Amino acid sequence: MDQMNMNLYAKRRRANWIGLTLSMAAMGLGLAVLLWILFILFRNGLSAVDIAMFTRDTPAPGSEGGGLRNAIVGSLMMLGLTVMVSTPVGILAGVYLAEYGDTSRTAELTRFVTDIMLSAPSIVLGLFVYAIAVATVGNFSGYAGSLALSLIAIPVVVRTTENMLRLVPGSLREAAFALGAPRWKVSLMVTLRAARAGVITGVLLAVARISGETAPLLFTALNNQFFSTDMGKPMANLPVVIFQFAMSPYENWIRLAWGGALLITLAVLILNIVARVWFRDRTQG
Amino acid sequence: MTPQAAERAVQTTNAIEVRNLNFYYGKFQGLKNINLDIVERKVTAFIGPSGCGKSTLLRTLNRMYSLYPGQRAEGEINFYGSNILDERQDLNLLRARIGMVFQKPTPFPMSIYDNIAFGVRLYEDLKRDEMDDRVEWALTKAALWNEVKDKLNQSGLSLSGGQQQRLCIARSVAVKPSVLLLDEPTSALDPISTGKVEELVHELKSDYTIAIVTHNMQQAARVSDFTTYMYLGELIEYGVTSEIFVKPRRQETEDYITGRFG
Repeated sequence: MDQMNMNLYAKRRRANWIGLTLSMAAMGLGLAVLLWILFILFRNGLSAVDIAMFTRDTPAPGSEGGGLRNAIVGSLMMLGLTVMVSTPVGILAGVYLAEYGDTSRTAELTRFVTDIMLSAPSIVLGLFVYAIAVATVGNFSGYAGSLALSLIAIPVVVRTTENMLRLVPGSLREAAFALGAPRWKVSLMVTLRAARAGVITGVLLAVARISGETAPLLFTALNNQFFSTDMGKPMANLPVVIFQFAMSPYENWIRLAWGGALLITLAVLILNIVARVWFRDRTQG
Repeated sequence: MTPQAAERAVQTTNAIEVRNLNFYYGKFQGLKNINLDIVERKVTAFIGPSGCGKSTLLRTLNRMYSLYPGQRAEGEINFYGSNILDERQDLNLLRARIGMVFQKPTPFPMSIYDNIAFGVRLYEDLKRDEMDDRVEWALTKAALWNEVKDKLNQSGLSLSGGQQQRLCIARSVAVKPSVLLLDEPTSALDPISTGKVEELVHELKSDYTIAIVTHNMQQAARVSDFTTYMYLGELIEYGVTSEIFVKPRRQETEDYITGRFG
């Protein structure tokens, strides 16, 4: 190799080294912050995690002990309803965008609105639901909470569903059409099926996204000191309990707030890991 | 035409008659004034260099192009007398009668059994045991039954490339179409799988009219009864395969099949 090429090669090696170092540093920084958050959560929250946390309800001011049972159940119920509403709506809208809409006006408008909804501040959505489903009815409710959470989750599901369907090769679609299948059958039975791992991942990530949302619940589900499964009434939930308890002067409340924060973080972490592992193993159909 | 070929032509009926067909991708004209007869229960091969329009022609025959806005065809394609380019033509019914197998194997993300049953269920309401029989029949036709009979519930994606392609052929055969369009069905396969698919084409022509696009001239010579040579969207020569390969009428055809092209 002559001198010119060696110089060029050395330069490329240097550029490569710098690039690699910078991205490693960025990764290290991100990882360090995540570990730091987990460390603080575990240090402060682990002592609150015991049987009582799952079996006792949030304590009244000044009383000893207590748990988070009502908040955990309330959060799970609202999340459950949100998933039941936003999964079909989001997936069908995504199918429309990817398989039917393409370049039509309606589809472009839907995409535009979805993108705006994706970046809308959640507190605005909370206020909106307050105006239409709380102020008009006269009381805070679990239903209103679910509605607010759905407004956050649906755009996420729509966009991931559309993106995943677009990754399905056109040849698979053509093969189904070539058998004489109508478009709705091609969409639901072939392309959606081929993309199902990605679509399910999208739903799981939407759940992860909304499970810690506090702002929309403050104006909608509010909170409830007692155990309640009536979604027509104010409902206890983890994010709002954490918000209230963390700012309180009571030591046991603060401890429970840390415990709740740890619980949500672990749940989201596990959900993310499950989604990713699932996606990795199932991309082949 | 030799007297022998002429006699054969008299005895046969045309499944598809293409008349003055022009095809456009937006402003680009992909096919120029094509006239062609596809004879019933014979294999017609389309050969020609890449971009000559042979796949385009195949995709007009089942109106596959209609999936894409901006692509349009003018002229007539008569399928047993009715013009399928008519806008009143029901495309789903048409595609159930004119099946298609693609270049790359495209098994659906479902079990081997359901891959076959999917198309059948679209137009027929069969009982479970009738469906079992149909699946076995189609897989046998595609020379795949012995290899998959013990794993019908496994995913179609678990098969090898050659098996996947035969699964796709079985899937098309299962709906009992009258015409099968094969778009370079062996270009992604190894020689052994290719041989199996070619044998299959030979078997299938007793029941089906077959049109096959291929880049492989030996393949065209082996499997087809009629051959069409296309170049730049035009049909240069059409005739009985043995004559086209032995004594083509046009110089361009001879240059292409003897490898002196371009």
